[in-house]
Amino acid sequence: MPSKTVSRSPAGGFIHTLHERGLLVLLVLLVLQGTVLPLGAASSPDHTTHQKPLDSHGEAGRGHDNITYIKKSFPVLGIDYHHIRLPFEISLWVLLASLMKLGFHLIPRLSGIVPESCLLIVVGLLVGGLIKLAGEQVPPVLDSNLFFLCLLPPIILDAGYFLPIRPFMENLGTILVFAVVGTLWNTFFIGGLLYAVSLIQPGNPSDLNRLELLPCLLFGSIISAVDPVAVLAVFEEIHINELLHILVFGESLLNDAVTVVLYHLFVEFAAAGTVTFLDVVLGVICFLVVAIGGVLVGAIYGILAAFTSRFTSHTRVIEPLFVFVYSYMAYLSAEMFHLSGIMALIACGATMRPYVEANISHKSHTTIKYFLKMWSSVSETLIFIFLGVATVDGPHSWNWTFVTVTVLLCLVARVIGVVGLTFMINNFRIVKLTTKDQFIIAYGGLRGAIAFSLGFLLDPVLFPNRKMFLTAIITVVFFTVFVQGMTIKPLVELLAVKKKQEAKRSINEEIHTQFLDHLLTGIEDICGHYGHHHWKDKLNRFNKKYVKKCLIAGERSKEPQLIAFYHKMEMKQAIELVESGGGVKMPHAHAMPSAVSMQNIQPKKPPPPVVVPPPERALPQLSKGREEEIRKILRSNLMRTRLRLRSYNRHTLIADPYEDGLGDLLLKKQKMIDLEKKITEMNNYLTVPASSPDSPTITRARLSSDTDFKADQTQKEDIFCPDPQAYSSKAMSGSVPTIYVDPASPQSPDSVNVTDEFRRAGQHEERGLMMKPPSEGRRDDKEGEKEGGRDQQKLVRCLSDPGPSADEDEDEPFLP
Amino acid sequence: MGASQCSQTHPQKYKQYEDFADRTGFSLEQINNLHKRFRQLSDNTETISRENLENIPALANNPLRKQIIGAFFDKRNQHEEEVGSIQEIGFQQFLMVMSHFRPPGLKMTEEEKEAMRKEKLRFLFNMHDTDNDGTITVDEYRKVVEELMSNNDIGQEAAKAIADAAMLEVASINMPHMGPDDFYEGITFEHFEQILKGLEMESRMNVRFLDVDTSTMRCGKGK
Repeated sequence: MPSKTVSRSPAGGFIHTLHERGLLVLLVLLVLQGTVLPLGAASSPDHTTHQKPLDSHGEAGRGHDNITYIKKSFPVLGIDYHHIRLPFEISLWVLLASLMKLGFHLIPRLSGIVPESCLLIVVGLLVGGLIKLAGEQVPPVLDSNLFFLCLLPPIILDAGYFLPIRPFMENLGTILVFAVVGTLWNTFFIGGLLYAVSLIQPGNPSDLNRLELLPCLLFGSIISAVDPVAVLAVFEEIHINELLHILVFGESLLNDAVTVVLYHLFVEFAAAGTVTFLDVVLGVICFLVVAIGGVLVGAIYGILAAFTSRFTSHTRVIEPLFVFVYSYMAYLSAEMFHLSGIMALIACGATMRPYVEANISHKSHTTIKYFLKMWSSVSETLIFIFLGVATVDGPHSWNWTFVTVTVLLCLVARVIGVVGLTFMINNFRIVKLTTKDQFIIAYGGLRGAIAFSLGFLLDPVLFPNRKMFLTAIITVVFFTVFVQGMTIKPLVELLAVKKKQEAKRSINEEIHTQFLDHLLTGIEDICGHYGHHHWKDKLNRFNKKYVKKCLIAGERSKEPQLIAFYHKMEMKQAIELVESGGGVKMPHAHAMPSAVSMQNIQPKKPPPPVVVPPPERALPQLSKGREEEIRKILRSNLMRTRLRLRSYNRHTLIADPYEDGLGDLLLKKQKMIDLEKKITEMNNYLTVPASSPDSPTITRARLSSDTDFKADQTQKEDIFCPDPQAYSSKAMSGSVPTIYVDPASPQSPDSVNVTDEFRRAGQHEERGLMMKPPSEGRRDDKEGEKEGGRDQQKLVRCLSDPGPSADEDEDEPFLP
Repeated sequence: MGASQCSQTHPQKYKQYEDFADRTGFSLEQINNLHKRFRQLSDNTETISRENLENIPALANNPLRKQIIGAFFDKRNQHEEEVGSIQEIGFQQFLMVMSHFRPPGLKMTEEEKEAMRKEKLRFLFNMHDTDNDGTITVDEYRKVVEELMSNNDIGQEAAKAIADAAMLEVASINMPHMGPDDFYEGITFEHFEQILKGLEMESRMNVRFLDVDTSTMRCGKGK
């Protein structure tokens, strides 16, 4: 419609007209941004371009719109900033945030010293200062609605969806104690002592002396909760071991329920003025309702999402949307009843994940992963920037005593709380928490934007000290994020706290994890003491028997975990094969040096006597020419598959290589590999016993290492014919075995990138594994030798797609 | 009987417990509790046979039942340089096997932890290495995986494929430079340690042994 683009009406006068139109725009925005825009309703109706006499005219009216205006020359170019103001400004903020994130990683030395969150706050301070200098009014960026409805959910969902369930459940008791008892302790300790401080009457009365007990406690409840956003931002950079990470992070998630209840309770009490015993009892009940209710709401939505995903096999494109929408609904529903929205999101994400993942396509899984990571990292960046901006903006009321006492009390309360509670908990833990662990837990208790937003929400009428509170909160946040956030990394190094294992789960580890589960359950049964292994086993059984059948479509519901793992591994390799160019001749084609293949591990038994020798065996050795021919056919077949897979279909994704083509591909590969093997056998059938055809993965999963290939090459050339495709794809990724997949980690199979592979290779060496990754210089040599252009390109391509896992690329973002 | 273990009334028994405690690292209460369980399992006799363990109802659904029970009767798990299997085990042997599942203490040094890890890994290794030749061969490994998945009706093929993939992984990690003619005989203990490095056995392979015992059960009951 042409009229839509022409906007010549003056900007101001139409705000009150055409509200549905405004709503429509709002809806579009909602879909586009995936967020609710709190300010949207007020300003976006500027969009309306013409003054329609009446809404009811509808379609008919639009055609005649132009005549209602006084005729004037058609404007070729016009400016209407108001028309696009809000989305434009939002985009600007997001762009700023993304650019900052980008820039941050362009200076590797800086990211080694200062955590990202600190830098972002500084950027926010600068931006806020600039806005103030320009004389503009600083927008209320960290407005509570915006924060709680738009910025927070993506981060929490990301955390919940990719929550490492096993360690979380194993340490649930400890986490709960820290989250509930610890937060309560902090609240009352800080609140009470602050009140005590305010009672000390110095000569000159200040704001401080007018403090009452309830506002103090309220302030304590706001300031004592560890903030998940801050913790995530810092802990992801220090790569702490899983146990500590889950303890601190889990605490920061679960203490939300306590904070919500205390906050509402104290606000309520402060309004009423009196507290009776009944109120306290109701408060305790309220806590249970808020926590359990939140989890229940989340679980219900999670199950709904899982159930929905059962039927999405024909509309793969919208699969990821269900995950997001259901989770957001869970959050909003929980918030509606003042339940803990964070717990609802966590419960929702954690509940739906295993089932949804079994149902949805691999591509959808990747999409979900990327979207979540993208949203959460942008949100996180925005939150920190806004925190800076709000600091510049905020009305401050600096009270030295109050601020210093608060900071000190926060530290003291945290330390006492952690040490005291650990002393208690250690009696019940199998693996005790050491002093180092306690230190890190205490030190990792960072405060963040949630506290600020809660403080922002306070009613200035009810709480005349709001400004002072806000200033103190900001100071504490800055202190924890800057001082603790910056020193925690060196401290972790200094104390030699155990770090996270970088390597992906190998299949051996997977087997033994399961083996251990059953073994420990068995031992517990023999001991006659039903511990948590026993109950976990019961739960698993129940899950397998009933829940999975309802929520997972088709055969996959019966698939045990190990098989699922194995399939993932297989899938990943197939995808790698496709991505690495399939049949295209690789520069490394000859560099198939030594390979551990199936033949190396086959038992050297004589083949069973009944084995019918394959017909080819009777033939004389294949001539080199014929062999080449076979290879060519194989290669072109693979090429064709790949080309076909490139075709693009917007709606159905049917031509999706990773989905439907995969089976085909696997089959083809199987055939090819069988043939290959036969060829190889023909060339050296004296040395290799006939082995039964193995599963594709096995045979394919030859692992090559190209360190010594030059030495071996000549010798091997006559035995091993140059491997054209399947195997050579591995050569590219160095000597890393490709069967490292961890289904539990956010990293999905296909996001393994070259950087990562190389880095991991390096670590393998350090850890004493025998595999020698090609050294940096060496690889360069090789690439030069063998027309490495293509390889280089691939490298670049892979690098440009480093996978969303946040800690993946922190260390060496620019490896080659 | 519960009363017979009461330390005050039976100084001789008490002494024996202390001896066990020194050897296995269990506390006296834990030993006491385990002894009670032992009595229960053995129908108040001195030894436990395979049938006794097989009759535990909770074990019935465990896919590794045979292997777990087998481990109790394996001489290699008794810290003596013997091999082979025993028909019946006494309480001491029972304790010895159980001691592999002790959690690490808070004040353990790195060396002690390392030793504990080795011990636990050795136990697992022995479970896999059924013929006691020091290596886990492909066939043995396949059997392990098959057993592991015996509760799900998954074909043997899948189990075999998984075991083979795992074996291949071990081989490629530990022996990256194998010629086509070389043969990887099987997983040695060193290789086994290597591949399970990431699992942190010392903090994982634990069972909670009850050590708080009500005093009524210790002394009051049988007097």
